[in-house]
Amino acid sequence: MSRELIVHGPGPLSLVQDAGRSDYQRYGVSVSGALDPEALLIGNLLIGNDEAAAAIEVTFGGAEFEFTHDTVAALTGGDLQPSLDGTPLSLWESFVAPAGSVLRMAGPRNGLRSYLAVEGGIDTEPVLASRSTHVSSALGGIDGTALKAGDRLRLGPAESTDGPGAQFPENLRLERANELQIRVVPGPQDAQFTDSGIETFYSSTYTVTESSDRQGLRLDGPEIGAVDERYDIVSDAVAFGSVQVPGDGKPIILLADRQTTGGYAKIGVVATVDLPLLAQAAPGVAIQFVRISASEAQSLMRERRTAILDADLLGDLKAVRSAMSVNGVEVELEIECRPQQLARSEGTSATATINGLTSTVRIEEIDPEPLV
Amino acid sequence: MSTDVDQPSDPPSVVPVGDQAVNVEFGAEIDDAINERVYAFADALSAQSPSWMRELVPTYRSLLVYYDALTFDLDTVTAELQALISGAGTQNAREAERSQLVYELPTAYGGDYGPDLDSVAENAGIDAGEAVAIHSGTAYRVYMIGFSPGFPYLGGMDQRIATPRLPTPRTRVPAGSVGIAESQTGVYPTASPGGWQLIGRTPVRLFDHERTPPSVLQPGHFVRFVPIEPAEYAEVEQAVARGDFEIKVSELGR
Repeated sequence: MSRELIVHGPGPLSLVQDAGRSDYQRYGVSVSGALDPEALLIGNLLIGNDEAAAAIEVTFGGAEFEFTHDTVAALTGGDLQPSLDGTPLSLWESFVAPAGSVLRMAGPRNGLRSYLAVEGGIDTEPVLASRSTHVSSALGGIDGTALKAGDRLRLGPAESTDGPGAQFPENLRLERANELQIRVVPGPQDAQFTDSGIETFYSSTYTVTESSDRQGLRLDGPEIGAVDERYDIVSDAVAFGSVQVPGDGKPIILLADRQTTGGYAKIGVVATVDLPLLAQAAPGVAIQFVRISASEAQSLMRERRTAILDADLLGDLKAVRSAMSVNGVEVELEIECRPQQLARSEGTSATATINGLTSTVRIEEIDPEPLV
Repeated sequence: MSTDVDQPSDPPSVVPVGDQAVNVEFGAEIDDAINERVYAFADALSAQSPSWMRELVPTYRSLLVYYDALTFDLDTVTAELQALISGAGTQNAREAERSQLVYELPTAYGGDYGPDLDSVAENAGIDAGEAVAIHSGTAYRVYMIGFSPGFPYLGGMDQRIATPRLPTPRTRVPAGSVGIAESQTGVYPTASPGGWQLIGRTPVRLFDHERTPPSVLQPGHFVRFVPIEPAEYAEVEQAVARGDFEIKVSELGR
């Protein structure tokens, strides 16, 4: 029997998402994909998955999943108060979910969307080269729909899993605040707005409204004036983070499920490095926009990616004490290893030669306290 | 109406769209020549396939170019695009080379298939039969595919049947619905919410993710709606479901 994840309850919205369905926008196909691409990336890195492997995006919590087999997994993104068989789980680190265990997400404590990455990734049938679910066009996931209670998701083969205990360093985790500064690259139609309209956009505070979803964040705040009140353009393509301003003068930030083209003027595009903040912004969160050049935004994006890829997920080498039995004699050894390897060493066997006698030894108990 | 910037002979501009894409803009209006240049340039760029190129999204009047911004700078990409623009002698060649194909879509007008036909006719001050004759009497150019999977933006509709959008959009428009919004006409390939006036429906499937490419219609193609009776609609629908319906394709002017 293959490893599966059983959906006991999806909450308001749980979706299979990977890095998105690119290359088909010219045919009107939305990219979709993880709304918080960085959280997906980190989740996959923690497990040793392909960085674009499919995970489950859980919005708002109220969700429950059962593992059919021992499975290495990780939770990243928003904190929806996760627990495994009732024991609270930490975000940003890999853990083993034992066969039959149930992972539950109660509700948001911080942020809106959590990503459950599992070893081997979620292995639903790819559609147009992606497993991402785009509900409104019924593509991806299981039959193009959000997850339902009773769905069984097959997991891909676990090839190079790094085991549990990997941790994304705390100092690299994004601060999730209720007041965000979001950097924006002006254009491509900023010239269609009045000077005072532009000034309004960059100097006011906008609030995320309830009518926001995976397609876009609808904001409330001061109206942005357009030259001759012309907000329409002949439709052109829109990007992840494009800020369009329709006739009511209130900006909408287009997100992963956006349509491929749009007919409203766009005042700017959010810098990639700030998109994860928007993915976790609940209604009521306040946003101030800050102008930035495309080149600056690129530098920030590269620095951030390098920091994530270079992060030491396994922690420092630690000297630990291990007790083992060799030919009936109890011995204590000092071992140097990384914390994440510890959990896997208990109960394993090794060959040891002591005083000329070779024997198979069993590592029975590891005292994780550092010796130094 | 066109400004100097919009003259097809002017070189297109390259504008950043955030930190991972640039827009190559050929004009600001709906115009056959501008649209042809967009697709000719997209073809030229695809053929060259520079290492920084990720995805192209051509529209009425511009080409969005996604690039590998982790490795390549905006300035590099902009310079290479501008070099390609000035070096491209092929910009007007595409129209001449390409045969202009007309895809015939059998369409049942009015009734349950097109609940808004009567109000479109009334708005035009003509009877429903006349509105159908006008709508089906033109080969419409596909300017771009956008909005939803396989949705063709068609141009060239007779102004007499131009009709404003519905005051309140429908929450669900059936797949295959043929609609009018102002002077545009189009087909909803998949069921979706929508505010266009629905005048008919075609049983032909315009989007299928198992096909390559998934969209039947491509920009530069033409579409002609061929009126059919409900009985024929059912026959075509069954043939489509069996997978043995072939869309009739002819060359423009024949």
